[in-house]
Amino acid sequence: MLDKNGIAKRIAKEVQDGYYVNLGIGIPTLVANYVRDDIEVEFQSENGVLGMGPFPFEGEEDADIINAGKQTITTLPGASFFDSAMSFSMIRGQHVDLTILGAMEVAENGDIANWKIPGRMVKGMGGAMDLVASAENIIVAMMHTNKAGESKLLKRCSLPLTGVGCVKKIVTNLAVLEVTDNGFKLLERAPGVSVEAIQKATEGTLIVTGDIPEMAI
Amino acid sequence: MINKQVAGVDEAIKGIADNMTCMFGGFGLSGIPENAIAALVKSGVKGLTCISNNAGVDDFGLGLLLHQRQIKKMVSSYVGENDEFERQMLSGVLDVELIPQGTLAERCRAAQAGFPAVYTPAGYGTEVAEGKETREFDGKMYVLEHAFKADFAFVKAWKGDAAGNLIFKGTARNFNPNMCGAAKITVAEVEELVPVGELNPNHIHIPGIFVQRIFQGEKYEKRIEQRTVRKRE
Repeated sequence: MLDKNGIAKRIAKEVQDGYYVNLGIGIPTLVANYVRDDIEVEFQSENGVLGMGPFPFEGEEDADIINAGKQTITTLPGASFFDSAMSFSMIRGQHVDLTILGAMEVAENGDIANWKIPGRMVKGMGGAMDLVASAENIIVAMMHTNKAGESKLLKRCSLPLTGVGCVKKIVTNLAVLEVTDNGFKLLERAPGVSVEAIQKATEGTLIVTGDIPEMAI
Repeated sequence: MINKQVAGVDEAIKGIADNMTCMFGGFGLSGIPENAIAALVKSGVKGLTCISNNAGVDDFGLGLLLHQRQIKKMVSSYVGENDEFERQMLSGVLDVELIPQGTLAERCRAAQAGFPAVYTPAGYGTEVAEGKETREFDGKMYVLEHAFKADFAFVKAWKGDAAGNLIFKGTARNFNPNMCGAAKITVAEVEELVPVGELNPNHIHIPGIFVQRIFQGEKYEKRIEQRTVRKRE
């Protein structure tokens, strides 16, 4: 079974040379730590920066340079700043190659829910609805089950949706799965995790064809 | 040169009245019109509808207006950092419309650019699209989102001149350029108001035509919401 960093490491392998990537808050943010350093990748933050770098050194924080999580950041050579409409032109216009975000629930038809739990304080969707509605290449990073042990990979989402039919790939602590017309297709198992354990943790239709390889991380 | 410079923040907010709709630039606390917000708090204006990506924190940004119960409705994409906001929302004092961040930006830009509405894929099939027109283009579904109608837009830039030209800095740019000219009156506050002719026309982000009033803010706190740093090796 993987921890959050393990999930991030596995997703980092999906990042290819020349990609512009938008990372959501939480596990997706960790992906930046594991991208191979022999490829060129630029990270976009929807508040208006392309070419995000690491956190600044102590004493060099700038209130005018933050990411979408409102954290102080730096920029790398070749970076650019832009306004919010242009930022979402990059996203909506499908110029961003890969979007990685977290989820509360994913359904076997590709629906995703990650912004609202009825009865709890709702903070808002931020840029998530724009991202999921537009991106061609979305990877969801999440734990396979919630804290109560219930599956987060469902036949149908029970929470209010963020987007419909948009998720293509999911990396969890247990598995890598692809969303197909017939359900969740199991691609890889996390180290030491059996197909039966994945089946047990998946409420939606799980398609298992042949031998399922263990993830190489 | 058409002069847009006003004496100070009090003249800049002249005409503000109860129940108006106002846009506020900024992302989190970055690039917010600090001086205009402070003047609006002092003015005691009430019943405002505020279009702003976020709602500030308890003791800064739009949180200051919330604290004085001057806001009737917030139109935002994310409002997570504010306890007072939560109290007022749950008790029904404050009306909240949550919309996708890109839609917020584009509804501003549409107002600026003279489009009555735009189609966006964001929110299709979700509760955000309920009651709105939808339409299919090339096999994909879109939601019709209307341009905002606002009385005032309060924006903050790094540098500007009396002609109303603006240059922004870093990610403090965010929604500010999209709100310029998107309301009946755009009030720009700048950290530094430079003599006309000093700004290189090639470097101007927002031409003065989109700005009705400009002034240099008295001071900027520029508070950091999440101070994240790394150790020197």
